[in-house]
Amino acid sequence: MKFPNPHDVKTIPGTEGWERMYPYQYQFVTDDPERKEYEEQSFWFYDGLHYPEPIYPFDTIWDEAWYLALSQYNNRIFQVPPVRGVDHRIINGYVYISPVAVKDPEEIGRRVPNFMERAGYYYKNWDELEAKWKIKMEATIKEVEQLHIPRLPDLEELSVVTDAIGESKGYQLIKAYDDLINLGIKCWQYHFEFLNLGYAAYVFFLDFVQKLFPSIPQQRVTQMIAGIDVIIFRADDELKKLAKQAIELGLDQAIDFTREWTAIEASLKAHPKGQEWLAALEVSRYPWFYVSSGTGWSHADKSWNDDLNIPMSGIATYIDKIKQGVNIERPLEKIRAERDRIIEEYRSLITSDDDRKTFDDLLTTAKTVFPYVENHLFYVEHWFHSVFWNKIREVAVIMQEHGLINAIDDIFLLRRDEIKQGLWDVVTAWATGVKPRGSKVWPPEIEWRKGVMEKFRAWSAPPAIGTAPEVIQEPFTIVLWGVTNSSLTDWSEIQDISDPDSITELKGFAGSPGIVEGKARVCRSADEIRELQEGEILVAPTTSPSWAPAFAKIKACVTDVGGIMSHAAIVCREYGMPAVVGTGHATKIIKTGMMLHVDGSSGRITIQR
Amino acid sequence: MNNSAAVLDTIPVSDRNRASSHSGGLPVVCWFEECHKDSVPLVGGKCSSLGELINAGVRVPPGFALTTEGYRHFMAESGLQQEIKSLLAGLDAQDMDALEQVSASIRTAIENQPFSTEMEDLVAEFYRKLSVRCCLPAVPVAVRSSATAEDLPGASFAGQQDTYLWIRGAEEVLHHMRSCISSLYTGRAIAYRANQGYHDEQMALSVGVQKMANSFTAGVMFSIHPANGDRSVIVIDSNYGFGESVVSGEVTPDNFIVNKVTMDIIERTISQKEIYYTVDQKSQKSIAIEVPFERQKVQSLLDDEITELAWMAKQIEKHYGRPMDIEWAVDKDLPFGGNIFILQARPETVWSQKQKTADVKSGVSAMDYIVSGMLQGKKLS
Repeated sequence: MKFPNPHDVKTIPGTEGWERMYPYQYQFVTDDPERKEYEEQSFWFYDGLHYPEPIYPFDTIWDEAWYLALSQYNNRIFQVPPVRGVDHRIINGYVYISPVAVKDPEEIGRRVPNFMERAGYYYKNWDELEAKWKIKMEATIKEVEQLHIPRLPDLEELSVVTDAIGESKGYQLIKAYDDLINLGIKCWQYHFEFLNLGYAAYVFFLDFVQKLFPSIPQQRVTQMIAGIDVIIFRADDELKKLAKQAIELGLDQAIDFTREWTAIEASLKAHPKGQEWLAALEVSRYPWFYVSSGTGWSHADKSWNDDLNIPMSGIATYIDKIKQGVNIERPLEKIRAERDRIIEEYRSLITSDDDRKTFDDLLTTAKTVFPYVENHLFYVEHWFHSVFWNKIREVAVIMQEHGLINAIDDIFLLRRDEIKQGLWDVVTAWATGVKPRGSKVWPPEIEWRKGVMEKFRAWSAPPAIGTAPEVIQEPFTIVLWGVTNSSLTDWSEIQDISDPDSITELKGFAGSPGIVEGKARVCRSADEIRELQEGEILVAPTTSPSWAPAFAKIKACVTDVGGIMSHAAIVCREYGMPAVVGTGHATKIIKTGMMLHVDGSSGRITIQR
Repeated sequence: MNNSAAVLDTIPVSDRNRASSHSGGLPVVCWFEECHKDSVPLVGGKCSSLGELINAGVRVPPGFALTTEGYRHFMAESGLQQEIKSLLAGLDAQDMDALEQVSASIRTAIENQPFSTEMEDLVAEFYRKLSVRCCLPAVPVAVRSSATAEDLPGASFAGQQDTYLWIRGAEEVLHHMRSCISSLYTGRAIAYRANQGYHDEQMALSVGVQKMANSFTAGVMFSIHPANGDRSVIVIDSNYGFGESVVSGEVTPDNFIVNKVTMDIIERTISQKEIYYTVDQKSQKSIAIEVPFERQKVQSLLDDEITELAWMAKQIEKHYGRPMDIEWAVDKDLPFGGNIFILQARPETVWSQKQKTADVKSGVSAMDYIVSGMLQGKKLS
């Protein structure tokens, strides 16, 4: 495979100087011959799964966080034998990553015993260590929730004097910001403690099964580890619980749950049983409503707790279903029985006892790691991130008050070290009683960056650059590239067609088996799922646990982004409805009302024009 | 499929008595469903495997067999054995001309020798019952020999020209039964037996008479992937008409891959199928005909039929306990639900005998496999 040379990629006219929006080490360079050569000889691919859009300067925090975390675990903690870390670059706002191979076979040999001992320890004590992880993680989240972002008063409270505090709100603001950032980084340290080992177990279970059964669809392999209780469904379960309770309390008669949340809340407060239900809602909300409407990686992703209209529409749907006598529970027993049948049948087709032994051992390991691979997302990307983004917005309020930014979300156009710099400007000016210099520096810079982001969005990022190696050995990259590459190939086929209205077939990953026909409903964000009608086919950029209410109404799901382990695929498998995921362009090509034929077994969607 | 007896009525008990009334208790004619895998000495490999399939619940075109017992009676009663013995006496197996001459005399003698009235009546009665079961006035049948031992030279030579298709009427059936028997005495077969020192008395032949599947679509299927040995799939090749076009490789058939565990169709390749085989009404022979252009690129099997075939393949594999190679046909005279027939099933031999692929490390722990997998890496594709 031939890809462009990283140093030949052109800067988009009008964005000259964009590099200052990101950390300097993210640039491809030509002034350092050694680095230049390394960059040319490495294989860089666009991480479109995590960054479907160009990255905002502040959002680079998570990229740096995982740049550090994944690489340190691979290279300095567990010593994955053939690979060091994963290197990162940004071109025109898009993130490219590259696994760094260990080239010397002797060095690889020296790393093997370390990995066996260290990773082996984690695999062996997985459940116990995972329980410890949960405690660490919950403590970190608690810290961020309790972190107070102080405002800067004209005059400090008297207690500062009488309690002899010895610190001002200015110092505390700087410290709170540092603490907030550090908590975020720490959270990502934990994020990768288990993840890559989890991926490795999954990848090589898949690899082994595919060697035994070359024609097995990947979907079947994931089905073998499905039906285990994972948090991904918890938010949805809470909605069902609240719907049942609303009926038990007779609230369904008095209150129309399909209205805006403010109206529902007012009615509930007026109803004698309303308080009881509101109390139950509070219990469900924290933390289960911290489900993000996106991947959680972008500041633009909102959680249910930010917009209660989304869960309310879900509750309304469930109330309706229960009253119609529909069973709203996931057919968990059925899924488990089917899972066990599939495992047993494949197992019985294995001809040698040796192979069966390896199969059993790899399956057990994959089943052990699977809950973490799923559940960490709720703790980190959903719960922690949702709280974190709002804390940053609290910081933004102060910057806005002092004129450094015009709108709250403008803060995300600044790098996190620029924010720190800006806060120093604010607190010193506040302490001194002068106007911060930043009020004239940042607003024009932010305006310019907005223009740059616009131009970035219109640019189409090449799937990969640099020199492709024969094989990749880094588990995270295998998973990510597996998803990214084949989808990019299919996507580029479609991009070649100049007239999108002429496209009648789309391809994606076979996310969940089955074939259905029905009307499409394109929902670009979670708040649009309220428009879904019973029996429609949901077409969405991607889904997340906050989209849960949608799955109670639809009969199939189609997404732009995501692999067979993505949220939409997992949920559809559990509900037994077809899904085609990672189509690249479905939301651009399909329009609401079109008749679709969705084949979740082959990954094909036919548009009946 | 288990209740597929729509075509296969139960066998009247009286037939068994009459068929075996000859002597010694062994039947001279019997229905396929009375045969099973231990019936090879009586009805040969082909008929016993058809019986085995029927008893496994697989839908097979119905039919009956002239047993080896019947064959022996025919040879003994008619005095043929004596006649053949004297014709063969003193023959030089190296003398090709003499060999062909003797062969022609023996074969003529066999083909002209009528069965005993009792045996004629029995065959005619079985044929009539078969027609009744198939709801046809005179059911077209295939008449073919069924050897008792594939390694017996006479049998394997006989196997070269022993299938007669589209035969109708009891007289014709009897005639072609004799043709099958006479094929034991081709020049080459006689020479081979002489050279190997086999005695003719060691030979026994059975002849199967089976309803012709009037196939709309036919082909072959494997309960293992023939290209990569994957045991979790069933691979089906199909074309319109008789299976000949698929078996002979004259067309690129449609190809379907079905997941054996979940039974969904995971891959389908629709090819351009230019010819198909059908029966020529005048000559009653199968002939190749061009597929109308508009049908050439149309899927030759319905999805439901693909699923049903795969289900059958799974049952057959389960019954035999090994991957199988199966010939099948979809009958055009019957409605969906009872129209798919298995014509033949034999063990798959290529992959089943092969050692497993070398690059699968097995018997190792998960940890070892993960490490060796990482070291090997994944191909970038």
